[in-house]
Amino acid sequence: MEHKSKYPVSHVVGFFFSLILTFVAVFVALKMNVSYTIVMWIIGSLAVVQAGLQLFMFMHVTEGEDGKTNVINMAYAVFVAIVIVAGSIWVLTSGHAAH
Amino acid sequence: MGIKWNEIFVGGDPLLVGSQIAIVLTVVAIVVGLTYFKKWGWLWREWLTTVDHKKIGIMYILSGVLMFFRGGIDGLLMKAQTARPEMNFLDAQHYNEIFTTHGVIMILFMAMPFLIGLMNVVVPLQIGARDVAFPQLNALSFWLFFSGAMLFNISFVVGGSPDAGWTSYFPLAGKEFSPGIGNNYYAIALQIAGLGTLMTGINFIVTILKMRAPGMTLMKMPMFTWTTLITSIIIVAAFPIFTVALALMTFDRLYGTHFFTLSSGGSDMLWANLFWLWGHPEVYIVILPAFGIFSEVIATFSRKTLFGYTSMVVSIVGIAFLSMIVWVHHFYTMDAGPAVNSFFSITTMLIAVPTGVKIFNWLFTMRKGRIQFTTAMLWALAFVPNFVIGGVTGVMLAMAAADYQYHNTLFLVAHFHYVLIPGVVFAVFAGLYYWWPKMFGFMLNEKLGKYHFWLFVIGFNVTFMPMFFLGLKGAVRRAYTYSAESGFAPLFLVSAIGSIILAIGFAVFCYNIYWSFRYAKRNVSHDPWDARTLEWMTASPVQFYNFAVVPEVKQLDAFWHMKKRGETLTLKESDIKKIHMPSNSGLPFYMAVVFGITGFFLVFEAHIAAAVAAIGIVIGLVIRSFDYNDGYYVSVDEIKRTERTWRNVEGGTENHVG
Ligand code: HEM
Ligand SMILES: [Cu+2]
Repeated sequence: MEHKSKYPVSHVVGFFFSLILTFVAVFVALKMNVSYTIVMWIIGSLAVVQAGLQLFMFMHVTEGEDGKTNVINMAYAVFVAIVIVAGSIWVLTSGHAAH
Repeated sequence: MGIKWNEIFVGGDPLLVGSQIAIVLTVVAIVVGLTYFKKWGWLWREWLTTVDHKKIGIMYILSGVLMFFRGGIDGLLMKAQTARPEMNFLDAQHYNEIFTTHGVIMILFMAMPFLIGLMNVVVPLQIGARDVAFPQLNALSFWLFFSGAMLFNISFVVGGSPDAGWTSYFPLAGKEFSPGIGNNYYAIALQIAGLGTLMTGINFIVTILKMRAPGMTLMKMPMFTWTTLITSIIIVAAFPIFTVALALMTFDRLYGTHFFTLSSGGSDMLWANLFWLWGHPEVYIVILPAFGIFSEVIATFSRKTLFGYTSMVVSIVGIAFLSMIVWVHHFYTMDAGPAVNSFFSITTMLIAVPTGVKIFNWLFTMRKGRIQFTTAMLWALAFVPNFVIGGVTGVMLAMAAADYQYHNTLFLVAHFHYVLIPGVVFAVFAGLYYWWPKMFGFMLNEKLGKYHFWLFVIGFNVTFMPMFFLGLKGAVRRAYTYSAESGFAPLFLVSAIGSIILAIGFAVFCYNIYWSFRYAKRNVSHDPWDARTLEWMTASPVQFYNFAVVPEVKQLDAFWHMKKRGETLTLKESDIKKIHMPSNSGLPFYMAVVFGITGFFLVFEAHIAAAVAAIGIVIGLVIRSFDYNDGYYVSVDEIKRTERTWRNVEGGTENHVG
C-alpha cells in the first residue's frame, strides 16, 4: 500500500467523522423528540453516509490499480439493487393488479 | 422414500417408448465403442478432466449442437402438429410439454453453451492470455451446466416433462395446478446449470480485466472481447435473481411454502416479475456476444477496421444498462397502471437507439470495403435485414397499448424468433465457420456451407414470416390446434413446410462437420482469413499454452498492424521462457455427477436420498480446499519443439492454404 504522506491523515479524519456520525445517530435516537419513522430515516441515512465514508477513508476503494473498477462496480451494484427492490415494489403495488 | 417407481418411466406413448429405446441403444453404443477402441483413458485425460479453455469451449459447442438438435426436433414436432387444422399427432398435454422444453432448451442449453463455448475458445486468445483466470472453476462451470442440461433432458422419458411454458408462470407452475414432478425438473435443473453460468460470468470478468496482454488497454480490445465483458457483467447482475426465484419456486413446490401461490399471502405475479427481471437481461446475455461475433466477422471480411469503435462500446454499455430496466414489457397486460407501463414502454423503445447505432456501424464498416463473400460473412450479411425485422416488430410490441392486441399471439412468437435466430443462431454459425480452423486446424467446407446458409435462411423466413400474419389474424401462441373455419390453415401449412427446409439446412451443417472432419485439408495456415486479432497469431489448432511468447499490443486490430509491419512470426528462441500451466482435475466432473444425483432425487422429492447425495457435494468442496496443486511448468525445450512444427525459424509460415 502506498500512501502520499507518512502520517495516515485519511484514517484519522475518517475515524473522527465516523465518531461524529455515530454520536449524531445516538443523539437522534435517544434525545430527539420526533416520530419513529423520522428517526429511522435519519439514522438510516447516517448509516449509509458512514458506510460510504469508511469505504473511501479506510478501505481505499479509489486507490490502487483497480480503484476505478471498484467504484464502478459498487455504483452498479447499488443501481441493480435499487432496480430489483424498488422496481419490484413499484410494479407490484401500482395499478389494478395490486387492488 | 417417496419415489413412485411406476411413475418414473413414462410409458404407453409410441413416440416416448421409441425415444426411450433410442436413448438406451445410443448409450450402449457409446459405451461399447469406447471400450472397443480403448478410448476410456483418452476420454478421461483429454476431455473429462481438462481445464484447457479451448477444450472446454469445444465441449460447450458440442453440447450446443446436440441441444440444437433436441430443441429443433421439438420445434419440428410442433410445426407438424399445427400443419393442418385439428391434427391428432400430439395431444394438448404433449404440445404443452414440447413448447416448454423447446423454449428452455433453445435459450439455456443451446444459445448459452454455443456462445459461452465460443467465448471460451476465443477470448483468452484475443487478449493474449494463456488461459482464463480460474481454469478449474471454468471446468466446473461447464460440468455444472452439462449436469443441469442432462437432468432437464431426461425429463421427457423419466417422470414427465415440465409443461407450464419456458416462463413457468405461477399459479399454473405451482403444486396446486401442476401436481406432477415435471416442473420440479425446471426448478432444479435450471438451478444447477445457472450456477455454472454465474461462475462463467465471474471468470470472464476477471480474465478480461486482469489478463490482457501488455499494451492492450480496454479501448484496444477486440469487439468480441468487449461484448463478452459486458455480457459477463450482466450475467453477474441478473443470474442471482433467477437463482433466488428458482429457489423460492423449489420451496413452494417441494416444501409447501407460499411465495408465489394464490392463497396464504403469496403473490403469483411476483414470480413473473422476478422471472423477467432475469429473463430480459438474459436475452441480452445471448445477443451481445453475438453482436461481438458479427463485428469480428464483418471487420475481417470487409478488410477494414470496425467503423465507430467507440460508439460501439458506448452502445453495448448502454444496452447493458437499459436491459436491466425494461422487464415489465413482458407483462404489460398484468395492468400495473399507466405510470408503470409508460415508463417501461419508453425504456424499451430507447433500446432501439444503441441497437440502431450498431447496425449503422456495421453497414459503414462494409461501405467501400472489399467484401469477401465467405460463408461466415454471408451469415453476417443475412443477419442485418432479418434482425431489423425482429427489431422493428419489437418496437411495435414495446408500445404498451398496442401490446394488448399482439400479446400472447403468434405475432410475438414470430418476433422473438426473428430476434433470436438471426441474432444468436446466425451469429453462432458465422462464428463457427470463422473460428473452426482455429479450433481444429481445418476449415469447414465453404461450398456445403453455402448450401447450409441458403437452406437455413430461406427456411427460417418461410417458417416464421407467416406467423406474423397468423398472429395478427388472432392465432394465439401455445395452442395445440385450431379449427378449419379459422382460416389459418394455409399459412400454418406454409410455415410447416418452411420448418422442413430449415431442418434440411441444419442437416447440411451436420454433414459439413462430418465431411470436413473426414476430408478437409489439414495443413491450413494459422491465419487463413487474413484476419485482424491476436487469436490468428498463433498456431491452428492452438497449442495448449496458446502463445510461446505473449505478444505486445500497440493498437486496435493488433495482429493486422503487426502483419503490416512484418513482425508477426519472428520468434527469437532466446525470448522463450518456461510457461506455467494449470493441472487437470477430475473434481469438476465429480461435482457434476453428485450435483446431478442430488438434483435427480430432489426432482422426485426423495428428500432423505437427496440429503445423503448432497454430502457428496460437501466432500467435493472439502477436497478442493485441501488441493495444493498449483500447476506445472512447460520446459523451454518442449516449447521450442512445438513451435518448430508450425513456424520456421525465420518467421515465415509453412504451407499456406487459404
Ligand atoms: C429451429 C427452428 C425453430 C422452430 C421450428 C421453432 C418453432 C417454435 C414453435 C412452433 C414454438 C411454439 C409456438 C406456440 O406457442 O405454439 C416455439 C416457441 C419458442 N421458441 Fe422456437 N423454434 C425454433 C428455434 C428457436 C430458437 C433458436 C430459439 C431460441 C434461441 C427458440 C425459442 C423459443 C421460445 C423461447 C419459445 C417459447 C416457448 C414457450 O411458449 O414457452 N426457438 N418455437
Ligand atoms: Cu424483454
